[in-house]
Parts: sequence; C-alpha cells; structure tokens
Amino acid sequence: MTREDIPFASISNGGCLPLDRVPQLSADELVRITRDYIGLGLRVSAYFGAIVDGAGCFPELFMVLADDERSRLLAARSPTDGCSFPSIAADCPQAQLFEREIAEQFGLVPEGHPWLKPVRFAKSWTGRDVWGREAGAPILPGVGNFYRVEGEQVHEVAVGPVHAGVIEPGHFRFQCSGERVMHLEIALGYQHRGVEEALIGGPDARSLHYLETVAGDSSVAHASTYCQLLEALGKGNRPARAQAIGAIALELERLACHIGDLGAIAGDTGFLPTSSYCGRIRGDFLNMTALVCGNRFGRNLLAPGGLWRDLEEARATELEKRIAVGECDAKSAIDLMWDSQSVLARLEGTGVLQREAAIELGVVGPAARASGLFRDVRFDQSSGMYRLAQIPVSTSDSGDVLGRAYVRSLEIQRSIEFVKEQLECLPAGSVLDGEAGTSRSRNAPRNVRRLAPNSLAVALNEGWRGEVCHVAITDSEGAFARYKIVDPSFHNWPALAYVLRDQEISDFPLCNKSFNLSYCGHDL
Amino acid sequence: MLKVILTRMRQGYRTIKFPVGAPPAMPDFFRGRPCIKNGACAEGCPPLCDACQSACPTGAIFRASDGLGGRPGPSVDLGKCLFCLDCERACPAAAIRFTKDYRLATRKREDLVLGPAAREIKLARELDKKMKRLLGRSLKLRQVSSGGCGACEADVNVLSTIGWDIGRFGIQFVASPRHADGLLVTGPVTKNMELALRKTYDAMPGPKIVIASGSCAIAGGPYLGHEDANDGVSAILPIDLFIPGCPPHPLTVLDGLLRLVGKIQDTPRGKALRHEEEL
Repeated sequence: MTREDIPFASISNGGCLPLDRVPQLSADELVRITRDYIGLGLRVSAYFGAIVDGAGCFPELFMVLADDERSRLLAARSPTDGCSFPSIAADCPQAQLFEREIAEQFGLVPEGHPWLKPVRFAKSWTGRDVWGREAGAPILPGVGNFYRVEGEQVHEVAVGPVHAGVIEPGHFRFQCSGERVMHLEIALGYQHRGVEEALIGGPDARSLHYLETVAGDSSVAHASTYCQLLEALGKGNRPARAQAIGAIALELERLACHIGDLGAIAGDTGFLPTSSYCGRIRGDFLNMTALVCGNRFGRNLLAPGGLWRDLEEARATELEKRIAVGECDAKSAIDLMWDSQSVLARLEGTGVLQREAAIELGVVGPAARASGLFRDVRFDQSSGMYRLAQIPVSTSDSGDVLGRAYVRSLEIQRSIEFVKEQLECLPAGSVLDGEAGTSRSRNAPRNVRRLAPNSLAVALNEGWRGEVCHVAITDSEGAFARYKIVDPSFHNWPALAYVLRDQEISDFPLCNKSFNLSYCGHDL
Repeated sequence: MLKVILTRMRQGYRTIKFPVGAPPAMPDFFRGRPCIKNGACAEGCPPLCDACQSACPTGAIFRASDGLGGRPGPSVDLGKCLFCLDCERACPAAAIRFTKDYRLATRKREDLVLGPAAREIKLARELDKKMKRLLGRSLKLRQVSSGGCGACEADVNVLSTIGWDIGRFGIQFVASPRHADGLLVTGPVTKNMELALRKTYDAMPGPKIVIASGSCAIAGGPYLGHEDANDGVSAILPIDLFIPGCPPHPLTVLDGLLRLVGKIQDTPRGKALRHEEEL
C-alpha cells in the first residue's frame, strides 16, 4: 500500500464532512489499514467510539490519522458488533491507550490487547463493562494489577494521588532496585469529572466553559479548537483580526508555561536564580493575557466566530511594551541556566526518549521535537494565522531533559518574535463574525449558528504541550452526538513512564517537569 | 558567578507591597465582584425577562422571592459564578456589570449570595481568638487538588513566587498533612478523589481548618450536577473560608487568607463596599 491509495476520507484541519462521506469499513479493515498507515509514518490523532444517530444502539469506531507530510487528516469509521473489536496495540503502542478508553467508555473489548486496564476508573457509558464489574458497584481509582518486579533487592515505591507539591493528583508506582527504576507505571483518573459525556447534546450554555477548563493551563488551545469546530460545522467565518489575536493569545499561553517550566527545571537542579526569576516572569506573561481579555488563563476571549474582545490600538501598544520587557527578563534569567555547567551536566543524558520510541509511542509537542521529530501542528497542519505567518519548528535530537528544555527555550524566542510581528501589522476590521447569531440552535449561546447535521469535523491546534485534537460528530438535529477531546497529555503520559526506565528514582521530578503533562486534560 | 550577581541586580526586588502598600493594579478587563443594578433591571427589562438566568452556565443568577409579594431583582451566587460575562452580554438593560473589586472571600456560604436580600458582601472575618492565637502567625497549609482544571492550583502556586512571597505572612504550603494546620482544596471533589481528600483531612492534627478555593470547590463550578463529581467540598468537609473565582486571582486568594489570619482588618478603606457602588 502507498500513501496514494486512500480508503480513508481526506480532510483538512478545521474541515467538515457529511458522515455518509466518511468511509465505512469493517473493524478488521479499519485496524489493518491503520496499522499499514502507521507503518508509512502516519500517526493516530484520535481513535474513539461514538453512538451516532440512526446507527442502532451499537457504538461505532472512528479513526482520525494525521499525515503530517501532506498536511492532511484521514478519517474512517467502522460499525461494531457491540462486544469487541480487534486490537492493534501490540504492533502500534500509540493505539493502546485509545483502545483502553474505548473499552472503558463503551464496554467493547479490544481483542488481543496486551494488558487491558481502565484508563480513568469511571463507569461505562453503555452499561456494558469489559471487566465484569457489577453495575452500581463503586470503582476504586488506582486499584488493580500493576506491573511488578519480584526479587530480594527489589522494592516498590508508591506515590500519590496526593503529591507533595501544589499539583494535580495521580498515582505512580516505581519498581526499583536500589536507586535504579526498572519500571514506572502511572495510574490516572482522579481528575475525571465527566466532560466528554456532558458535551453530548450540546452546544449549550456550558459547552465553551467545559472546553476552557479541559486543561486550565491550555484554555486558549482547547477553546480555539472548539470554536474552529463550531465554525466548520456552522459555516462561520473567523475574521482575520480575530485569527491574529487568537494566535497571539495561544503564543502567550505557550510563553507563560515554557518560562514557568524552565524555572521549575532549574529549581529541581538546585539552581535558584533562574527558578525564582522565571516564577515571576511567568506571572508577567499571564498578566499579558489578562491585559488582552481580563483573565490570566485566557478565559472569555474566544467565541465561536471570533473574539469577545478586540485588542484596541492602545492595548496592543501596551502589550508590545510588556513583551519587550518580558523578553529581556526571560532571556537574562534563562541564559543564566545555560551558562551554568552544573545545570547542563544534571540535564544531559537524563530521561532519554529515543527517536524510534517517540515515533512508536506517537509522542507530540516539544517532547517529540526534542527527540528529533519534525512535528508541529502550526507547521504540518497549519490553520488560521499560522498559514500566513509561520513559526520555525524548533527541534533537538538528544531526546533528554536537556533537549526538551532547550526546545522550549528556542520556542520562547520564536513565539516572542511571532507575537511582535503580529502586533506590528494586526489586520483591520471586526473581531466577531458579523453574521453570527442569525439563526440560533436550541440552547446554544447567541452567536452559535445551527450546526450541519450528520457531519464530522476535526480541528487541531498546537498547544504548548503539543497537539490538541477535537472531533465533533453531529446528529440529525445538528447537536453533538459525540465530542472527542484528545489532549496532548493523552499521547505523552506513556512516554514519561518509558523514559524513567533505567533512571535513578531521583531523576523523576526533572523528567516529570520536562514533560509537565496535564492530569485533568487526560482524565477529562 | 559575576553574571549571576549582575542578573540579580538587573532583576531587582519585585515583591508586592500589599497589604501595607496598595494592591497591584488589576487589568481593566478584570472581572471581580458582579454588580446588578436593580433599578435598571426593573425599568429596562421586558416583563418576566430571564435573559441573564438562561445565559448563566451554572445557574448562579436566580430570582428568589423576597416574601413581599413583588418581583425581586436577581440575586447572584458568587460561589457558583464563573465570572464569564455570559449574563452581562445577555442582559438587554445592561444592568449587570463586573466590577474590579477583587475582595470576594467569605467565612459563610450564604454570604456569597448577593441580591435584594443582601446587598453587601460580608468579607471574611478573622478566626476566633483561640484559633487566631494558634494559627495567626504561622499557618501551614496542605493543598489538595480534587478535580477541576488545574488553573486554581497554578494561581495558588504563584503566591509562593518572589512576586507575592506569601511566606512573609507566616503562611506556607507544606508537603505532608501531618505538618499542616489546614487544607486548601480546589476542584469539585471528583468521586475518584473523595477518599483521598478524606484521608488527607483525617491525617492532619487538630485543630484544623478547611479552605475551599475556586468555584469548583465551593459549588462544583462548570461541573455542577455531574455524576462523576460532588458539587464542591462542603459535601465532604466543613469549610472555614470560601474564595470564589474561576480561578480566583492570586490577589483574591491572598486577601482571603490575610483576612482569615487577621492581617487585613476592616479599615475604612477595606470596608465592604455596597453591592451597587462603583469601584
């Protein structure tokens, strides 16, 4: 098979297809072709179950693959018998978490999955439980079989769900021989609050708020992706000015998080100057987002069809000034860290993710780029302002904590360049689609138009952790029959567990901060 | 080494002066305490208008009977409010406005409801005499994140950075509940975190306090009514301080904590402003 034979439908980022144009394959064909495509260098962006109007009560499977070389997405669907589907996890590790999620949500058994475990310790949506647990019986998070190493010198370290710092909950099990970690297993689900299930039947007054709180530090990335989907399904337009300001907000989000994390990495090596300065400078960048929209996390900025707020000239000038100060502050704080031999020595060779492993695990974002993968939605699957103004893809090939930190410091420079460039020549005009609000669907906020019924739409954005992918499927009324959210953390958590192998257990905090994955984005 | 010293000089001393000096300036779009002009609502609204109520994603705006027979103006529950402006945009009479007042923390849940019945926000009182003697000069907090989106945690973390330096008030976040005097809980308390939260609380030696920070922890936030989560901490633990916001601004959190330990008194400047007063 070559890339030219396409049994899947081709769709662009932010595109929309009627459901009947999404090829219906048998489950065997779907997974076989997916395996072949992955062999050709494509990767799984989203793989999920859905109960679509008119398809009876059995859930269907939907697959969205990213073909980065050709800047396109490939989609296909498959009916199931309501009991099981073939697993490809053994050959394609990047599919394993998706298969477990389908099993947990819809009670479908992925036949041949190497170790089928719950993802979030939540009850099934269909009432069918693949683990045979009784309906209504409480499901205890983190309780189950963990991979164990036995032996006289072997000991197990269990951490969490409540951690020592002010961070989100998760459970980590290390199998150690002395200081050396032989295996790490991560059990999540503590943050599960039922976001995807609650989105079914929308859009309604809460939908945008769910998306803004999928992962609080990636509000702009998730809200932009959601708005892009509504625009695709509702045939809305995002004015150029709104696209530019939206991209500025997305880069400000990236800047704040990258700067904060570099400070945290420095702090974990015991290098306090960078750590304390970056903590404050991160706040300055959050305050720039607040200057744009009133909230430090970009809440209440993005609206379907544009933005709630314009960035008036005086505000843009003020932002430009603050960016210039922030740039100097950040540069001087981060350069200190790169000038310190002891920091570099601590980061070098720690937590190496080899290129091959990154490909197999389907890693995204700065973690993938630090392992030498040229993978960035802003470049590969560009949409909005990124089609016109490109940001160079920052890569490194060492794959270690140093590589991930270095990629982030490069991205800080390039994002600042991009924001400055955008501020200099903001497109004129309005920031909200003038026609928005003409025909509203039931329960929908005023500016949401009636969505195309029986359709599938996909949108991607490069959040600061990596690819944010949302897929919406509408029913015959134009309401969401399914709204799938794939946070970059969903791709990357297994990579964090993987890099800990053969590391000292004391390397964990550093490795963890170099990825800084989201618990809530994973747990939904 | 020389560069480290030069950078130190360049970066300067950056801790805010608050509460001795003025609080840091809030951005002009900042959304603090909402203010509903009852007069405007009654005059400008079509009869039986419920635009704000139906626009609110969490049911934070409602009309409670005032017992006087008339149709009372709307009330807003700051515990449920996401400070999102959906109501302000929906109101045909432009009667709802979010002020820049960042002071929102209260000691009682009912004090968060502002409306015809209670026009003023009763800001948090300090701890009682005995508790203040024990905790007023040294308050060690254990933070538990129990669902939500992580933004509340991020803006609590900010308080420990050099810009805010919460340590100068004797307040510190500690790693173990055994070392803690109180819990600061964020998130709606998902079913999956309920047990861990209870165990953390039980592991703290008494006397102890509980702080609910953010609309999730107070009333469930955007996840209000979800089967997979509780509607906030109050279903599990008694709460001593409520800090509204989605997420609360670090200044709102700091203000609440300082009021609790008696480091911000109700001076004329800090006195609770009237609900309708302009800021």
